[in-house]
Amino acid sequence: MLDKALKGGKKYWTLVIILAAMSGVGVLTYLQQLKYGLGITGMSRDVSWGFYISQFTFLVGVAASAVMLVIPYYLHHFKKFSKMVILGEFLAVAAVTMCMLFIFVDMGQPMRIMNVFLYPTPNSILFWDATVLSGYLLLNITIGWATLHAEKKGTAPASWVKPLIYLSIPWAVSIHTVTAFLYAGLPGRHFWLTAIMAARFLASAFSGGPALLIILALIVRKNTQFDPGKEPIQALAKIVTYAMIANVFFILLEVFTAFYSNIPGHMHAFDYLFAGIDGHAKLVPLMWTSVICAIISLFLLIPYQFREKESLLIIACVTTFISLWIDKGFGLVIGGFVPNHFGTVTEYWPTAKESLITLGIWSIGFLVLTILYKVAISVREELGTAKSSDH
Amino acid sequence: MKIDRRKFLKLAGCTGIGLGLTAADVFKDKAEASSGHSNVSTAAVRLAMVVDLRKLQTAEDYQRIVDACNKIHNIPTLIPEKEDIKHEIKWIWNDTYGHAFPDQQNYYHPEAFKQKLFPLLCNHCDKPPCVRVCPTKATFKRPDGIVQQDMHRCIGCRFCMAACPYGSRSFNFVDPRPYIKDYNAEYPTRTMGVVEKCTFCSERLEKGEQPACTEASNGALTFGNLNDPESDVRKILKSNYSLQRKPELGTMPSVFYVIGGEEYAG
Repeated sequence: MLDKALKGGKKYWTLVIILAAMSGVGVLTYLQQLKYGLGITGMSRDVSWGFYISQFTFLVGVAASAVMLVIPYYLHHFKKFSKMVILGEFLAVAAVTMCMLFIFVDMGQPMRIMNVFLYPTPNSILFWDATVLSGYLLLNITIGWATLHAEKKGTAPASWVKPLIYLSIPWAVSIHTVTAFLYAGLPGRHFWLTAIMAARFLASAFSGGPALLIILALIVRKNTQFDPGKEPIQALAKIVTYAMIANVFFILLEVFTAFYSNIPGHMHAFDYLFAGIDGHAKLVPLMWTSVICAIISLFLLIPYQFREKESLLIIACVTTFISLWIDKGFGLVIGGFVPNHFGTVTEYWPTAKESLITLGIWSIGFLVLTILYKVAISVREELGTAKSSDH
Repeated sequence: MKIDRRKFLKLAGCTGIGLGLTAADVFKDKAEASSGHSNVSTAAVRLAMVVDLRKLQTAEDYQRIVDACNKIHNIPTLIPEKEDIKHEIKWIWNDTYGHAFPDQQNYYHPEAFKQKLFPLLCNHCDKPPCVRVCPTKATFKRPDGIVQQDMHRCIGCRFCMAACPYGSRSFNFVDPRPYIKDYNAEYPTRTMGVVEKCTFCSERLEKGEQPACTEASNGALTFGNLNDPESDVRKILKSNYSLQRKPELGTMPSVFYVIGGEEYAG
């Protein structure tokens, strides 16, 4: 089926070439990092994780969100998702690929990365994260490919696919829970030391991921014969709505506990992120952008009259995505390090080279996604099933 | 022997109660062992350090300690670039009470005390969070309590730096070798991309020597076995009020600070 990726129109190849070029720039910049060290990034002794780990954290959520299609389709027989499920699974593949690349470029000694499996350490959450992420990648690529292949041949998927699909459901929850545990079990990092972390992660994942999926589905619909139909998009929009409400609610719970208890350590990270401490306020504009985007998205999502209009829905999805990307793909990780363990502030901001590497990995991810979507859509275009029947 | 139903039930009942009691005993032991308050390491040796601040007075007193460590361990000095401080490597350094004990602030501490510097280093915790999180066992606790770092296994993920609540770990963001002022051929240099920290001078202990900082401190720093009631460290702790950094986190630090009192009056 991979041959479908080699036959495409002008638009397809333009996109592939742009993404490949951006990936190439990222790889070249990474070679500099490999030579000079992580000193080319904005990270420091005090803020020892930065853009790479926060992108990884955010993308684990995007990957986990495939389950929001798998559960309704396979457990509740919500047939309207039949056209969409594959998009969710392939998005998960691309997202996990990016996650792994972000972990890889964050390593000080990347050549030794297999030490994680050569000396398995069950007490380390990072060991479990590496394990569940690899497993999730294999699950989704296998399931996605097998179901698409069966669809192409006009048969039902092989009998071993169903158990894997059921396994992928708790597995999706596990990747994001384990990722939350990376943070939620560290003594002295008050911003992260919260029992609700995994729940927050899941809520943000289940709104951000499907929001991205709606955007992608609409882009694909505009440029190919593929059309998932109106109903599945609206069903996803409902999922985005309720997950986003839960996510904002969870964040407000954190704010209440921090400020009503008045415990300095619990308030400091919020102070830094939303007001700045002693003039250190690099993240303040970003964090307020996140808040404003969240308000706009909820305003457009909650009244069904708004979200049923696709022109408004797309704005809602874009603002949801931006809000969550800033909150989780930036603020959450940096906020945990500021102020540091001595009560002083060392600020973090990604350098140009660090940003190019980050952009490069996103490009690789979207290149993988483009190729996988191209295969899936070409198969259906040939079968004449690219369009949903509810039109 | 014939066993009727009545006898069988009696026997089964007794066995059940017996098993239950045994299980209860096991859990009771476990519960006591895992409650943070009574759980002091029972190993024969737990190496520890006591810093007596009364014996640290001049700037030289403090500098000598840090210099001794930096020189012996090939610690790179500031990197001549704009952002150098961000990439600093330090195993032992001096900072104020406010920074060393940020959760134990008091507006009315004597001014002299607020200015007082504290030598800070790895606490060689009895329950080290850095060891708990390391995905490759590159950092591990030795039977004598030293929290050690294997520079050849470390993958540079910096999870230990996120986990250490004392900011005791440094990462080689760049190749440290060009920045070593006085190279000591007796001690290995590090490669870029690995985490490092104080080792309580395990290489010197092997030769029967004291840690370099202790030796250079003119008696301000005392090193010894915390689990030996007759050791010097225990004797000092027995007769002086001492502090540990962030004891509320359950890490059980092995570095203690004797702060004294009257000398700050004024």
